Amino acid sequence: MSVTELAPAASGIDPERQRTRRAARRRNTRAALLFLSPWIIGFLVFTAWPIGYSAYLSLTDYDVINDPSFIGFDNYVQLIEDPKIALALWNTFIFTVLQVPLYVIVSIALAVLLNQAGRRSSGFFRTVFFLPKMTPPVAVGVLFLLLFNGQNGLINHVLGWFGINGPAWTTDPAWVKPGLAIMSLWTVGGSVIILLAALRAVPNQLYESARIDGANFWQQTTKITVPMISPTIFFIVVVNTIAAFQTFDEAYTAFFGSGNTTYSNDAALFYVIYLFQQAFQFLHMGYASAMAWLLFVVIMAVTAIQLWVSRRVVYYEADVR
Amino acid sequence: MTQQVSRPMGEPVPAPTAAPLGFEAGMRSRAERSSGLEQDAVESEPTAGSKPPQDRQRRRKPLLVRIAVTALLVVFGVVFTYPFIWLVSASFKPRGEVFDNQLIPNTFTLENYVTVWQEAPLALWLWNTLLVTVLAAVTVTISSAMVAWGFSYFQFRGRNALFGFVLATMMLPGAVTMIPTFLIWNGLGATGTLYPLWAGNLFGSAFYIFLLRQFFLGMPRDIFEAARIDGANNWTIFTRIALPLMKPALVVTLLFEAQAAWTDLMRGLIYLRDSDTFTVPRGLKALVDQFGFGGEWHWEILVTASVITTVPMIILFFIGQRSFVEGIATTGSKG
Repeated sequence: MSVTELAPAASGIDPERQRTRRAARRRNTRAALLFLSPWIIGFLVFTAWPIGYSAYLSLTDYDVINDPSFIGFDNYVQLIEDPKIALALWNTFIFTVLQVPLYVIVSIALAVLLNQAGRRSSGFFRTVFFLPKMTPPVAVGVLFLLLFNGQNGLINHVLGWFGINGPAWTTDPAWVKPGLAIMSLWTVGGSVIILLAALRAVPNQLYESARIDGANFWQQTTKITVPMISPTIFFIVVVNTIAAFQTFDEAYTAFFGSGNTTYSNDAALFYVIYLFQQAFQFLHMGYASAMAWLLFVVIMAVTAIQLWVSRRVVYYEADVR
Repeated sequence: MTQQVSRPMGEPVPAPTAAPLGFEAGMRSRAERSSGLEQDAVESEPTAGSKPPQDRQRRRKPLLVRIAVTALLVVFGVVFTYPFIWLVSASFKPRGEVFDNQLIPNTFTLENYVTVWQEAPLALWLWNTLLVTVLAAVTVTISSAMVAWGFSYFQFRGRNALFGFVLATMMLPGAVTMIPTFLIWNGLGATGTLYPLWAGNLFGSAFYIFLLRQFFLGMPRDIFEAARIDGANNWTIFTRIALPLMKPALVVTLLFEAQAAWTDLMRGLIYLRDSDTFTVPRGLKALVDQFGFGGEWHWEILVTASVITTVPMIILFFIGQRSFVEGIATTGSKG
């Protein structure tokens, strides 16, 4: 701290002092760069160069074995003409539209429930809700095939108790995406924890004065809780939308891979799955690169729309940001 | 020198047992900054006793509400745990009974575990995954901590712009860099080896750099200046003072990355060809292709392999439960 005390005194005109100070700052910058060097190298090699090279590849025909040959915007033209691109985008869009609202609503509901419980039981059930999140997505994919099996699966077994004849979740193209969206609810635990932390940060005084004014639970929830945690809800919506657009593991495990003829593939052909197939199964690296850029543009556009909407909907306290 | 360095920081260093508290203190200060209130962002058991009476008042709810809340929690608790219990139970059932939806197997058998062990080089897969997981978690923690320290301790021109770049890379979908990254490893002759699964972590990861920087920024600067006067150089300050104080946040990074590395399927699919080099998720996918889609429908093998893939993660969670929960809560509070 004596260094900081010395600093103002040293800011005089003494040129000798100034030179040493400049030298110190140079040393400081050099030391900083040394600490930053892992990221700088990594950024250049694994981010900056790949971005540039991917953009270049998207304008070429490249199969890894032969050198890339420049074909202009042909890949992008093909993106429009390829019916599977439209299908994959549509599948991904439908899945996102189903999954994100479900996921967010369920995690809010569970967080509110936990917030209502006593300290000990909320701690216990928080753990219970979080545990499935630890399951590797591949295992979730396997579990999906088992639990949602049309004939013998546990889901339809339970639906049967209520006299509901459950659909063939894993084979009926109409039910594959809803099934995957429901399965994804099993791993809401992370969002629940984030929302619960946000709920606990809502000042108690707000509820007390609302109660004095005669507000009931529902009014308190819609007028206090939801606005106060809306930045967190927004965060979860954005992060989940981006993740849903890139969904891969569970659906790929359950519906794709070598020798899979059993299940209806096309209904679960999500965008990143198709991209992966193009790149690493058909070795259409140029085309897959163009696909990646289209995905990037779509995600950016959707995130921008969400940000724009959030300006109107999300409530930020004056002192936050 | 080490002695001298450690003395001025003697006071603020939390005792090993109080490490989680140090973590919480960091988080609480953030919560305070953002909401201007004394409310905890995370549940903090240690302070439970000293809670103001308003909290107790809030908890005194009508009996009916309390019963309803508990009942709902129990129902959801069953919904969330049952799939895994179902999976474990099915792994002890013979082939014909996997789908019988009975909690207790009619015929209890360990045969599936023996079969899986014979059909697949599981021990090798587990070893490969363990190797990748440890290397990925350790390297990303060290490198990200270094970079985060560089961004938080030093002042230099262009710092904020550079940090903006770090944040921007988080927005980039993995698909964009996936192909060129593959070409890099392919060019190095590393396809078919485990290197591509972890070595990228030597260069830090934007998310953890962001997370750790938040914690470094929350630490009192005086300690470091005091150490500097005592003659400690930059590296000593970082390793001897900053890192020990950061232990809780480093544990979070380790755990998060361990989970990410253990469960990673995509890289295994891209880079691994030989069964001998498979990680467990990649191996499990191979088993699905072989025993599920191959037309043989040996679900009992898939069930058992799924259990084996998952159990290490459950163990990991119970080892670091607190850190997981607090780490996730922190992640969200930046929203």
